[in-house]
Amino acid sequence: MSAEDKANEVSADAQVQEPTPSSPDNDASASSDSAGGPITLFFIIGLAASLVLGWVIFPQLLYSKKKQPVDFNHKLHMGLVDEGCQSCHFFREDGTYSGVPKLAQCMDCHEEMQGDHPEEEKFVNEYMAKDLEVPWLVYARQPDCVFFPHAAHVKLAKMDCVTCHGNIGESENLRVYEANWITGYSRDIWGKNIAGIKRNSWDRMKMDDCSECHQKNNVNQASVQTHKGGCFVCHK
Amino acid sequence: MKHEKAKKFGMVIDLDKCTGCGTCMVACMAENNVPFREDDTDKLISVAWMRVYRLTNGKPFPHTEECFLPRPCMQCEGHDGHSPCVSVCPATATDYDMSTGIVSQIYTRCFGCRYCMAACPYHVRQFNWWDPLWPEKMTESLNPDVSVRMRGVVEKCSFCIHRYQTATQKANLEGRRELEEDEYQTACTQACPAGAITFGDLNNPGHAVHQMVKPDPNHGGRPKNPKAFRLLERLGTNPKVYYLSSRKWVRRAGDNYIRQEGSQNHS
Repeated sequence: MSAEDKANEVSADAQVQEPTPSSPDNDASASSDSAGGPITLFFIIGLAASLVLGWVIFPQLLYSKKKQPVDFNHKLHMGLVDEGCQSCHFFREDGTYSGVPKLAQCMDCHEEMQGDHPEEEKFVNEYMAKDLEVPWLVYARQPDCVFFPHAAHVKLAKMDCVTCHGNIGESENLRVYEANWITGYSRDIWGKNIAGIKRNSWDRMKMDDCSECHQKNNVNQASVQTHKGGCFVCHK
Repeated sequence: MKHEKAKKFGMVIDLDKCTGCGTCMVACMAENNVPFREDDTDKLISVAWMRVYRLTNGKPFPHTEECFLPRPCMQCEGHDGHSPCVSVCPATATDYDMSTGIVSQIYTRCFGCRYCMAACPYHVRQFNWWDPLWPEKMTESLNPDVSVRMRGVVEKCSFCIHRYQTATQKANLEGRRELEEDEYQTACTQACPAGAITFGDLNNPGHAVHQMVKPDPNHGGRPKNPKAFRLLERLGTNPKVYYLSSRKWVRRAGDNYIRQEGSQNHS
């Protein structure tokens, strides 16, 4: 029974009582006033339910949860390499960025087992031994229309990796990869907060976030239409 | 931002050298993932960023002359960057960049109203009536630096902006901010077997295009070179693609003169 039906029933009761001589007029008006209580209550319950549905349940339904093929330990590896992030995530000579390492880079050390961790065993047996590339799920993957040069940001602007990627280098496990059912992109792009509020610079990776920083640092603010950044600075 | 300090990429096409072979069209289609149809001869539905037109002087046989005219996007500057297409776009999908002088087209932003196609006097802009369909395996030969377009959006020549981006990226890695002239060249420029197309920064005196069409202050800012002209000059679109021709009828064909009009050609 909906809140409205219930309210109608209550007011119907009040009308039935009205013609009886024993109940005075102010009594009747008092009982019809009391119908406001349930209506307000049901309204508040309905509102609360919708808000929970919209802000908590729906965003969860939007994303599938995928596990990375191998649970990579960044912290452990950071302790073993000399050049920090660039040891594995490096620039190619043509200016492009290599991104997630290929099997060939892992091979230098992991041709055979280095320890006895089950994740390493999985990696060596299932991928290294069979010469299969690991199908890593890339959290920062951007749509096809985006051109992002790491060189301009890391080499020219001297930004560090943390500004956009967060403290992933200190993590011991890879996070669950949440892919948007509709677009296929990671939740890291929209951000955890469905309202788009961010506490850290790496919480969102949407166009507004790029634009915000570009505006602050006056990067190619040469657009005629928007007086902000030109489109072909980041789009292709 | 004013153009004087910034770059202003432009093109000079020598029509005396153009043989009409169409290599620029092929190179452009391959470079920019331009889709083709089962019957690409139907010019109402086919898409081409670079198109070679055939001009004729319309005279009977012994005096017949022909000229081929390759037509990329003119990257009109208009006045202060208000080129015809940029002014009419309601979606901010197309924009004029004062730092490069290139008119951008963002396919994910375009919703296909086609106002820009109506506004463009050069028929540069093309509409995708269908999703692109490449034969199987051919998708593997697509250029990863150029995003493919979907059904329902407008596309056009971008002066191979991805080449500028990738070249800049390489320069940045080497610690440079500026590019050399040969580091950024469009696909059509490099493909032309006759060397008819020259590409570069019109604002940079060191670039060949600057020398070819250097503006003459005593001539209303028009190029000193008497062979130079632009398409539909008097519409005021202020294009950045210049043509060179030693033949007067070709230069006159570049603008929409009416038959009775006198010979007040700017050449």
